[in-house]
Amino acid sequence: MKEDTVIIVDNLTKMFGDFTAVNNISFEVKKGEIFGFLGANGAGKTTAMKMLIGISNPTSGNAQVAGFDVYKNPNDIKKNIGYMSQKFALYDDLTVKENITFFGGIYGLTRKKIEEKRCQLVEELGLQEIVNELVGSLPLGWKQKISFSVALLHNPKIVFLDEPTGGVDPITRRQFWEMIYKTAHEGTTIFVTTHYMDEAEYCDRVSIMVNGKIEALNTPKKLKEQFKVENMNEVFLKLARG
Amino acid sequence: MKRFIGFIKKEFYHIFRDKRSLFILFGMPIAQIMLFGFAITNEINNVNIAILDHSKDETTKEIIHKIASSKYFTIAASILNETEIETAFKKGHVKAVLIFEKDFSKNLGKENNATVQVIADATDPNTANTISNYVSAILQNYQQQINVAVKTPYQIIPKTRMVFNPELKSVFMFVPGVMTIILMLVSAMMTSISITREKELGTMEILLVSPLKPFQVIIGKVVPYIFLSIINAIVIVLLGIFVFNMPVQGSYFLLAAESVLFIITSLSLGILISTVSASQQTAMMISLMALMLPTILLSGFIFPVSSMPLPLQIISNIVPAKWFIIILKGIMLKGVGIQFIWKSTLILVGMTLLFIGLSVKKYKIRLE
Repeated sequence: MKEDTVIIVDNLTKMFGDFTAVNNISFEVKKGEIFGFLGANGAGKTTAMKMLIGISNPTSGNAQVAGFDVYKNPNDIKKNIGYMSQKFALYDDLTVKENITFFGGIYGLTRKKIEEKRCQLVEELGLQEIVNELVGSLPLGWKQKISFSVALLHNPKIVFLDEPTGGVDPITRRQFWEMIYKTAHEGTTIFVTTHYMDEAEYCDRVSIMVNGKIEALNTPKKLKEQFKVENMNEVFLKLARG
Repeated sequence: MKRFIGFIKKEFYHIFRDKRSLFILFGMPIAQIMLFGFAITNEINNVNIAILDHSKDETTKEIIHKIASSKYFTIAASILNETEIETAFKKGHVKAVLIFEKDFSKNLGKENNATVQVIADATDPNTANTISNYVSAILQNYQQQINVAVKTPYQIIPKTRMVFNPELKSVFMFVPGVMTIILMLVSAMMTSISITREKELGTMEILLVSPLKPFQVIIGKVVPYIFLSIINAIVIVLLGIFVFNMPVQGSYFLLAAESVLFIITSLSLGILISTVSASQQTAMMISLMALMLPTILLSGFIFPVSSMPLPLQIISNIVPAKWFIIILKGIMLKGVGIQFIWKSTLILVGMTLLFIGLSVKKYKIRLE
């Protein structure tokens, strides 16, 4: 594995009975890259991601994440990645502070380290007012930001974001992407699935999945040139329609 | 270990911040035991009856007096003729009417027999049955009293002794039953709901992506409920002892050990339920339908297993509560040791292992 390659996927396949959800996909992701993983609903992107984060076994093929094999060392992978789902899953009946303490705890952070991280987060996100509020009472935008920060608590090498901007307003989405940029700039690799095509423009590289296969993979600029269109939305439509 | 403590702390936050689960956890046991202990009873006390005395002589007066002075009956009315009987029943304030025939004493003296008719209101068959038994017993008793001087040549006297519960208190039957239901409810239903809740919220996924192993997640989820169930078991036993004078004849240690075993059986059932249900609603429905009903109806708690039809008797064997009730009654009322209940204990252990095995098999570690 090259120094700066953090994800290597080689002919990865996942079958559910006769149905091939992910069909022989291969790609590499570099350190500090924002990698957009696009596809329509049911194209197989969530299934592919689940194999990479170690909660679904591949049917065949190979993959290495953060330098570890998905078959042999799923636990080492788990320690080195962060994950945020489309539900922004935090505990609604716990306060912001308790959520941070809990998630820091399950990643084995010391109490001192958690304390330190929490102060830093409160400072950066301006959480002073709400740190002792129950998460359930916060607006979606806040939950999203806190959920993202919680996924980063243990300084993972790669953070996987599964449709992280579902249901939030455009301004909040914009702010969220600023957080993503900042994180990537600090050297964390971002692996993000989305079906907002405007967000695809923000990614360093984009792969587009159609029916379990990766049909296109390049920078947004090159993809637009290749398909001779103005924006990513049209790239996507051209591919999805076949 | 530190991770684990954090996990349990979080679980307690969930429980204590949710008023509904707090109520189920602590309100239900006390409410149920009080309800079953005080309100629901098979005994009769101060039942109102009416008397229609056609002869009004010395003997009938003595008998009536004897009945009135027992704690079971209160003479609420005297009726003058047959037509009033129906009205009295329809009004509902008497449960039985005793009719003494004309010339009761005379018949008794001359022909050596006299009749009392007992008419009981059988809208509630159990009570009617009990009333008629009690009245017969009082009459029998009176008969022996007046026969003291006479020697009957052949006499068979049944001498009944009710062992383990000499006063036939129904609360002795309810305490083990309620304890079983509560432990089942808290352990199985609450755990299955709390695990499926994490699935529904999507937090289960986050936990599975974390370095925690799936079994650590599950143990972290059930340990708080083991604690709470043990507290509940203690509260129920204490209520039984101090409020209802329920004895614990056997060893407290054995009682505690068996209770913990049953709690674990229920928890493993709860885990199994959570593996097959995707939502809290489903988990709750399965818990109620598949656990509560059989636990109440087929465990021998209210209806004796031996008087059920054969198919139900066979089915009752797979209800864990049945075995736990046998164990509880054995320890609390009969004071037996493990040598008498090892079979039931072994069955519970076997069931627990089976449930855990099935859960592990079913548990979708790799969320499909």
